[in-house]
Amino acid sequence: MRRILPHPLLTAGLTLVWMLLTSFSLGHLLLGGMIAGLAGLAFARLEPVGPQLRSPWALVRLGAVVSVDIIRSNIAVARLILFGGDRHHRRRSGFVKIPLRLQDPMPLALLAMVITATPGTAWMEHDMDSGILLLHVFDMREEDDWQSQIRDRYESLLLEAFA
Amino acid sequence: MTAGTILIAALSYAQLMLALAACMAGWRTLRGPRAQDRVLGLDTLYVTTMLLFVVTGMRIGTPFFFEAAMVIGVLAFAATVALAKFLLRGEVIE
Amino acid sequence: MSTPLDTLPLWIAIPVALLLIIGSTLTMLGALGLVRLNSFYDRIHAPTLGTSWGTAGIMLASMLAYSWLDGRAILHELVIGSFVMITTPITLMLLSRAALHRDRMEGNPDVPPTSAPPED
Repeated sequence: MRRILPHPLLTAGLTLVWMLLTSFSLGHLLLGGMIAGLAGLAFARLEPVGPQLRSPWALVRLGAVVSVDIIRSNIAVARLILFGGDRHHRRRSGFVKIPLRLQDPMPLALLAMVITATPGTAWMEHDMDSGILLLHVFDMREEDDWQSQIRDRYESLLLEAFA
Repeated sequence: MTAGTILIAALSYAQLMLALAACMAGWRTLRGPRAQDRVLGLDTLYVTTMLLFVVTGMRIGTPFFFEAAMVIGVLAFAATVALAKFLLRGEVIE
Repeated sequence: MSTPLDTLPLWIAIPVALLLIIGSTLTMLGALGLVRLNSFYDRIHAPTLGTSWGTAGIMLASMLAYSWLDGRAILHELVIGSFVMITTPITLMLLSRAALHRDRMEGNPDVPPTSAPPED
């Protein structure tokens, strides 16, 4: 089974995309499934070790947390762009260095998606050897605040999801 | 007030806003001042144009705009990655 | 003026209109930020408004309207939405790395020094 379908999630996702773009019918299920299966095989040649997903539930929780954060930070950044901060607080942006515990490329890629998708934080660069992430924050308030925000809010859930 | 008038108003507003956004992104692309600003402006221009296509497609009711939007989305990705890579190293393919 | 959407009932037309307005306004604000903000590292935050809720709002509006019109779930828009969601981090990461690299080469004092040993 693992030899024919090395990446079941990838294959299922590609089949779904195929059917979304064409139509939901048996013919397209077969054709799309075949192409997606071939793509899974090709991907297995490129990337020998697949990600080990331990707990999908943690990913679902992460998704919920992130969608709320995206809405909140959208509003915050939109207000800052329009009005440029309030009277007693002037917006100041800056770089933050955050030591990450994550090491696998797959969860790191997910973390990068989360950080970029929430306006107000931008992923600058990550050094694989030292595990230090350089982050640019649009509205700096406290440096410690951001460390715990990234590490406790997102990274711990990702550590739980991928073991 | 009927559903049609509400939707026409919302669609026109959305088209106007997206056109404005495209103009501002285009201004940043032309203005610079540095190469990375231009690439960022170009990327934003791509995304706003894509959204404008989707909204226009909604208004006219043909699926062709949607296909075009998808092509723009894919091109935007390829173009921006190639340009960023070029800025990083001075050549696209090593 | 008329559109094929005229036949939508009011209770669907209102959320569709709201989603369109929210999505397009956020995209416009993102582009406004691109014009108004002063440094490149500030400006890189601006387009994410358009690629997160800007795109999501317009795609949701289109999905809602056309699913009702066709009488079945139209999910095409999910493909574009997830594509934008996945590709934006890649482009912005590469672009910010390029900008950091260029600024460091020029010795710009605003940029933190590299934590990695030089690559080439």
